[in-house]
Amino acid sequence: MSITPACPSESEPAPANSAAQAELARRMLYFMALMRETEDRIERKLYRQGKILGGVYVGRGQEAIPVGSALHSLPEDVLLPSHRDMAVFFIRGIPLGRIFAQYMGRVDGLTRGRDGNMHMGDMSAGLVAIISALAASVPVAAGVALALRYRGTNGIAFSYFGDGSTSRGDWHEGVNMATVLKLPVVYVCNNNQYAYSTPLSGQMACANVADRGPAYGMPAEIVDGNDVLAVYAATGRAVAHARAGHGPYLLECKTFRMTGHSAHDAAEYVPPALFEEWAKRDPILRLEQRMIENGWDDRAAIDAVHARVHQEVDAAVAWADERPFPDPATLSGQVYDGE
Amino acid sequence: MPTTYLEAIREGLWEEMERDPGVFLIGEDIGTYGGAFKVTAGFIEHFGERRVVDTPISEAGIVGAAIGAGLMGLRPVAEMQFADFITCGFDQIVNFAAKCRYRWGAAVPMVVRAPSGGGIHGGPFHSQNPEMWFVKTPGLKVVCPATAYDAKGLIKSAVRDNDPVIFFEHKALYRRIKEDLPAGDFTVPIGKARIARPGRDLTVVTYGAMVWVALDAAETLAAEGIEMEVVDLRTLLPLDRETVCESVKRTSKVLLLHEDTRTAGMAGELAATISESVFEYLDAPIVRVTAPDTPVPFSPPLEEAFLPNAAKVIDKARWLHRY
Repeated sequence: MSITPACPSESEPAPANSAAQAELARRMLYFMALMRETEDRIERKLYRQGKILGGVYVGRGQEAIPVGSALHSLPEDVLLPSHRDMAVFFIRGIPLGRIFAQYMGRVDGLTRGRDGNMHMGDMSAGLVAIISALAASVPVAAGVALALRYRGTNGIAFSYFGDGSTSRGDWHEGVNMATVLKLPVVYVCNNNQYAYSTPLSGQMACANVADRGPAYGMPAEIVDGNDVLAVYAATGRAVAHARAGHGPYLLECKTFRMTGHSAHDAAEYVPPALFEEWAKRDPILRLEQRMIENGWDDRAAIDAVHARVHQEVDAAVAWADERPFPDPATLSGQVYDGE
Repeated sequence: MPTTYLEAIREGLWEEMERDPGVFLIGEDIGTYGGAFKVTAGFIEHFGERRVVDTPISEAGIVGAAIGAGLMGLRPVAEMQFADFITCGFDQIVNFAAKCRYRWGAAVPMVVRAPSGGGIHGGPFHSQNPEMWFVKTPGLKVVCPATAYDAKGLIKSAVRDNDPVIFFEHKALYRRIKEDLPAGDFTVPIGKARIARPGRDLTVVTYGAMVWVALDAAETLAAEGIEMEVVDLRTLLPLDRETVCESVKRTSKVLLLHEDTRTAGMAGELAATISESVFEYLDAPIVRVTAPDTPVPFSPPLEEAFLPNAAKVIDKARWLHRY
């Protein structure tokens, strides 16, 4: 088993003028911009206005990872997004208003006010909700993949996690289970180099998360996580591997957490130079630049995407803010079936 | 031909797998080896590797995979080799499986089979009764059958249930008890206790292997003219409070018995329930007979001292009767 290092030249799309490439890039830009604007609104407006309480975790600067990967998902696939993968919900068709309602604790949120933030799922859209112990989703992904194969479908599971999750026992148990049983799972690691305040060097003694792949007999690939086209290309290889019945495939998407762990964390433990350096690699700016260079779209068309996103977010926030809070009388229903 | 408790579980699983192609087994050494206690011997030959999934040693992995398959609408039955090892899958059970329906409306039909209990000289890590860890978790169901009939009827109900069920099988009963079972399909409802022996003078409420201890004690007491009613809870969560309280109303004296350790055991919850609901009917203090608050020891004299037995029940019952 080998680990393929990131190779920017490989990710260069060709031919640059193909209409399909341009259309794909437009979709990528739309979903990344929508994630950025949604999370900015959540963290910088609604949270500070006191309309969102509790924990708020965003994936600012990491949008290329959920977008570049989930765009490969088919309707029969099941995705287990982590807390910095907001765009997965958009790509799977969850209405934006319901996501704001979720964050604001309203009845129209995906959990009807029973859980908050990214703790949401909808099996009809092929989305499994995380729990706070994030790596717990990894063995669950193995079971999802087992069921997809059991039923004779061509579906695969997308299992998302961060670098910190790979320190946990259940991550290792889940990956080992999937590789031993040769289950169709694509692992998408968002290596943003910090798990809360702990840098990667305090999380693991190997250099790359992808180094863990060969130990399980699983191909692993290092990807530039701030290049959505590179994430898309690598996910294509991983998906083909898993769908063909060859077992799991690990993608380590290297990126950087451009925020604190959560809205209350000022991230003073991160050297400021790192933020400055990674800001230059912003995945949205990079895609826009590529679109203009390749002649896929001009500045005006790109600005129009951002304007559309802004309007959609305005409308969704307004809608969500008018939705009711849950009735305390509903506290105890639906603990069990039939309640 | 009488059926043992172990064979009853095995028959129940077999029939459910024949009935529903979505039912499958997952666990360690359950295939060709047939499981640590041979409950699934012969399954892989009949149902194949697709439906009898041998896994690495990986309790969190097994339970997590069962959750994932359950979310997808299959009906996994996961085996723990010993209930003691269920701690390795604890987060998956109490944080993942138990809360999916409440949080986001997702059903996790899943059974975790957990061979529990002492009396087999298994020592501290092969003898525990960890049921109360799960009784404290809303969203789970916790089942502890005492008879072969209930073991078969309840495992079938557990497989058909749309919520996660932790199914405690008492190891000491596996091959020790047997009874004739009716032919054909039958189930026992989850959440319903039964009167294992009627009696007018006092009630003992218990479950699992202690039902047999209670019945032994009741036999001895009957010879002394003391008629002890034996309530077998069968399910601990959801708890059939009504059957317990109705029995106490009839007898006015109650003894609570379990093999689990004393503090925060099921007896505590039952005592509070009885006190809240039928206090006026009580003619005596509520009495507990339980294991002491220690780990389960290995050496036979220590384990015998640890486990409740008929003599301890009889002693307390006589005291209650005199009160």
